[in-house]
Amino acid sequence: MSDRPDEKGLEREDAPASDTSLEPTTGSDDVAGPAPHQVQIRRGMFGAAGSGDTSGFGRLQRVVEMPQPTAPPYGGWFDTVADEMAQVLPAGAVTAVVVHRGEITFTIERRHLLEVARALRDTPTLRFEHCASVSGVHLPTQQGAEMHVVYHLQSMTHNRRIRLEVTCPDADPHVPSVVSVYPAADWHERETWDMFGVQFDGHPALTRILMPDDWPGHPQRKDYPLGGIDIEYKGAVVAPPETRRSYT
Amino acid sequence: MSTSTEQSTPSPGAGAGQTDPFGPPGEPVEGRVYTATGQDWQEIADLQAERGDERIVVNMGPQHPSTHGVLRLILEMEGESVLEARCGIGYLHTGIEKNMEVRTWTQGVTFCTRMDYLTPLFQEVAYCLSVERLLGITEDVPEKATVMRVLLMELNRISSHLVAIATGGMEIGALTVMTIGFRDREMILDAFELITGLRMNHAFIRPGGVANDLPDNGIAKLRDTVAWLKKHLPEYAAFCNENPIFKGRLGGVGHLDLAGCMALGITGPVLRSTGYGWDLRKQQPYCGYETYDFEVPTWDTADAYGRFRVRQEEMWQSLRIVEQCIDRLERMEGEPVMVADAKIAWPAQMSIGPDGMGNSNEHIKHIMSQSMEALIHHFKLVTEGFRVPPGQAYVPIESPKGELGAHLVSDGGTRPYRAHFRDPSFNNLQAVPIMCEGGMISDVVVAVASIDPVMGGVDR
Repeated sequence: MSDRPDEKGLEREDAPASDTSLEPTTGSDDVAGPAPHQVQIRRGMFGAAGSGDTSGFGRLQRVVEMPQPTAPPYGGWFDTVADEMAQVLPAGAVTAVVVHRGEITFTIERRHLLEVARALRDTPTLRFEHCASVSGVHLPTQQGAEMHVVYHLQSMTHNRRIRLEVTCPDADPHVPSVVSVYPAADWHERETWDMFGVQFDGHPALTRILMPDDWPGHPQRKDYPLGGIDIEYKGAVVAPPETRRSYT
Repeated sequence: MSTSTEQSTPSPGAGAGQTDPFGPPGEPVEGRVYTATGQDWQEIADLQAERGDERIVVNMGPQHPSTHGVLRLILEMEGESVLEARCGIGYLHTGIEKNMEVRTWTQGVTFCTRMDYLTPLFQEVAYCLSVERLLGITEDVPEKATVMRVLLMELNRISSHLVAIATGGMEIGALTVMTIGFRDREMILDAFELITGLRMNHAFIRPGGVANDLPDNGIAKLRDTVAWLKKHLPEYAAFCNENPIFKGRLGGVGHLDLAGCMALGITGPVLRSTGYGWDLRKQQPYCGYETYDFEVPTWDTADAYGRFRVRQEEMWQSLRIVEQCIDRLERMEGEPVMVADAKIAWPAQMSIGPDGMGNSNEHIKHIMSQSMEALIHHFKLVTEGFRVPPGQAYVPIESPKGELGAHLVSDGGTRPYRAHFRDPSFNNLQAVPIMCEGGMISDVVVAVASIDPVMGGVDR
């Protein structure tokens, strides 16, 4: 349906560089790289490629952007936590704060992550003692911050939840391990390494956990193919899901 | 239970010169490897006794009836004492999260329901709540759909706890607990089949509501199920609570105190068995749990017996919630079970046809012969799906095993950009070493059963 035959079906994975513009984070040092929000421009109506566009919708453009950083006040206890964090954390540790859909996300400079985690756990007014989950997100369009590691922390003392987000470039996929602060993160970090190839420096035994030990590649990266196979049913063939017509 | 290796001689002992089938090709065997092929335990024991070395590494699983599926336990033993215990997981990894990225948001339910196959409805609810939060329609989900979700979740909690108690009992030889556990679970699965059409892997809860209304005889059938459970749940207490063998096997085994739980992020019955009544249904209510009357049971022994008692009491509390749900549903006859927004509501009107479940004849007639626009709309929604605004959401709910979180990232497309599930079993299995090391091998089985891991959820 697109008038651009070179466009691939999965536009968000293979978007040409011209389709993507990135804005620097407001108020952060340059080391932080691009903003935690991603700006992308989608063309066409359907996202499917290779079939000549007869609809006239091929010239449509839609700008897609992730939630922008929020300026204080954030509302409710978000401000309490943010103010307390500003007091105990080194300057520049938090590069952005996003409040979206009732959840608060702090983007953390990766070299400060361990200090941040320790302060979040040990400061009595914060006391995020429960690390629920660590996982990764691969955003290949964000040059210099392709890999995102997302931490979901919970304070059972104060009944609060926050999300930390750390980015690292694909060329240097190193993030400090928080296992020394949150032993619960052990397997979660191993899974993130297994699935995304993010190396957690300081992890006691960063080995694969779900895939076999000798598996090549990291399956949940966007550049790793799904590897679907044709489904044959009564002589007819259904294409594997990742090669079917897609709608962005 | 022993490591196996290829060999031509009938003798179970293999020494130097053999190759290790689990190591790189050609690498010599480290230490002595025994192959257990059946009826040769005495020979293996004799051979090992000859060596005079009591320290052995036992590979328990991944094919072992006491490990709850394909869990592999690597136990370093001195005699019958466990010196070190490690878990090997990943044998049931099916790439569900990756697969969800190439299906529409609605199809995602079909995948996540298959993760922890004993708690399918919890994954569905966590996922749908997360999608609804991203869509910003949390408030628009009809009341009846929410009540049905709670009803199904609480029935599912009972059935999951029944399996936990049943298999846990079976593994220590309490076979009657197993047979009655599966018998009662069957009653709940029958209710599921009536409501959702399937016993497991329902894909019944959809973003925006649920797929279908209660069937006409639904309320009556649910009342029967509740009556059955009320009659038969006391049997577990009668069989086990004061049974000296049961108490002897479970008491003091798999000890993990509150500090250990907090460090390892353990939630669910394991955490509540330490006396800390942390339950997300009370602490961070979702689906209107704050409007139901129930309690959070705790125990103070922090061992396998305490977890058994917590699960038992939780089944009664779930039954209380189920009864309240049935009362509410009785007053809600004919109310919608899907959001009003036709751009999101999956056109899944179903009715029981001559061949069981099928599409509603009225809906088929409408789209095929009355309204071309309705047909286009149906086609677009089913093949293309709806778009979800960019952003990310993490919705935690209290599954029978602990905190189940669905972390979804959307890039504004018709499919999840990234879907991650924080499975409670995955996290809680990290407690196996601390629970088992220093104990006996027979207690490993009890400790693992008290965590109640389901490998479908662990490996996803």
